[in-house]
Amino acid sequence: MTHTAQPVLRLRAATLAFGDRPLWSKVNLEVAAGEFVAVLGPNGTGKTSLLKAILGQQQLSSGSIELLGEPVRRGSRRIGYIPQQKLIEQGTPLRARDLVTLGVNGHRWGLPITSRATRRHVDEVIASVGASEYANVPVATLSGGEQQRIRVGQAIASDPALLLCDEPLSSLDLNHQQVVSDLIDERRRELGSAVLFVTHDINPILDKVDRVLYLAGGRFRVGTPEEVLRSEVLSYMYGTPIEVIRTRGRVAVLGAPEGYGVHDHLEHHIDDRWHR
Amino acid sequence: MNELIDLLSALFDFSDYGELLALVRNSIIAGAVLGIVGGLIGPFVMSRDLAFAVHGISELSFAGASAALLLGVNVVAGSLGGSLIAAIIIGMLGSRARERNSIVGVMMPFGLGLGILFLALYEGRTANKFGLLTGQIVSVDTPQLGLLVGIGAIVIAGLAVMWRPLTFASVDPDVARARAVPVTTISIAFMVLLALATAISIQIVGALLVLALLVTPAAAAMRVTASPFLTPLLSVVFAVVSVVGGIMLSLGGGLPISPFVTSISFAIYLVCRIVGWRRDRSGASGRRVKTPRVVMT
Repeated sequence: MTHTAQPVLRLRAATLAFGDRPLWSKVNLEVAAGEFVAVLGPNGTGKTSLLKAILGQQQLSSGSIELLGEPVRRGSRRIGYIPQQKLIEQGTPLRARDLVTLGVNGHRWGLPITSRATRRHVDEVIASVGASEYANVPVATLSGGEQQRIRVGQAIASDPALLLCDEPLSSLDLNHQQVVSDLIDERRRELGSAVLFVTHDINPILDKVDRVLYLAGGRFRVGTPEEVLRSEVLSYMYGTPIEVIRTRGRVAVLGAPEGYGVHDHLEHHIDDRWHR
Repeated sequence: MNELIDLLSALFDFSDYGELLALVRNSIIAGAVLGIVGGLIGPFVMSRDLAFAVHGISELSFAGASAALLLGVNVVAGSLGGSLIAAIIIGMLGSRARERNSIVGVMMPFGLGLGILFLALYEGRTANKFGLLTGQIVSVDTPQLGLLVGIGAIVIAGLAVMWRPLTFASVDPDVARARAVPVTTISIAFMVLLALATAISIQIVGALLVLALLVTPAAAAMRVTASPFLTPLLSVVFAVVSVVGGIMLSLGGGLPISPFVTSISFAIYLVCRIVGWRRDRSGASGRRVKTPRVVMT
């Protein structure tokens, strides 16, 4: 691991607009090796577009994005990507270990011949995400939580400098949210990968996050959760009164417009009571 | 009782079998090649959700073949033309399953109608007409065999070159794209290979029954294994057994080969379903059990 000052990811005045509508503009962000950054914001603020831009699949309107000092390009192998959880369809001819192997060599042409060294590496990766027990099971028969563990394995198998996670916890139950986010956290500490974690609910990862990038209303804020998740900051960004409540180690944002940023089960409960 | 015996002797009459076999040698070779091609491409058809698209391609391929028959040009070339046009339209317009299905649903009857029109205008032998829809055996002459085998070899080579990224793009397109797999290009290339495979399949099993070759064997294999190595292997074995077995059985009665091919292929599928079902029930999922093992010395 290098201890130079070079950040893994650097956004400089990055702007993305569709027509006249800027999704986000002049975003400056540097993510260091081993840093865990959560990307928050209401639906439609371009969180996924940000990941696409970093993956080189979305052209910026202006500004630049650099990965390890180089402008991003399509399909950098230094990026591990964990997509939004979509269950793998029944009958897919793939075992858990094959999905992880594709993360190492799936981009290479030719027949799926895997060297012994790669197979051993895949075994190690599977063990490190605690999935050895079902390594040879068809992926489609695994539960959502198990599939997501395999996804983490697939993403870290190529030893990435940056892990991009697009809502990897959505549709998992609370227990698996904890397990999968612990796993990502543990891997980044061990491998020193930077993590950019898009989520609509910061609570499962609140104790792991170093900084937050909050996107809303064409504005953005970067800082620690304590700095950004405050009533006055979010009220300014949304342009409407917002209340941030912290209770028992959780954060709830109240009053945000439809598709609010920090979603919490607590809020549903409060809402229920108010409506009754 | 007599009717039954008549029926059976119509289905299976194996006197002069040796002579007949020599006559259809070309068809058997072509059938084996088709089995290999269908068996290899089938698992991708399944995991890319293209079964219905195959049906659509085969109807346009039928239209192309019957146009060729009418115009007196090479039938394989005609069916290639039809299936390539269909595959490219489906590939370009239908990236999402629902869109694709509606395009196929629109094109399929149109292709079938065109084909029937050309056949109605054609004044040659009627056996040729029927054969394009339901399959034929003795039709493969030596130059045609060369063409079928050549096209089959192109499909196999094409699959071999892009096997791994094609697998990645088929089962996991989002991550594949993130890792620089040219997902769109691969998708179009695959449609072209699928068009070639469909066009040559039609020459043997007919347009209506192409699915028995390109889908059923793979579907059967996928019931019993999820290994990316065993799936295509079993699928090839099933497809070759169906086509070659179907050709050999159909020799007996002078009936079209397709009922035999489809019956064998369906029977294999049923057996695989039962095997898969029994395995699921017994809980043999391949999970390693966590209990400590007792080592006997």
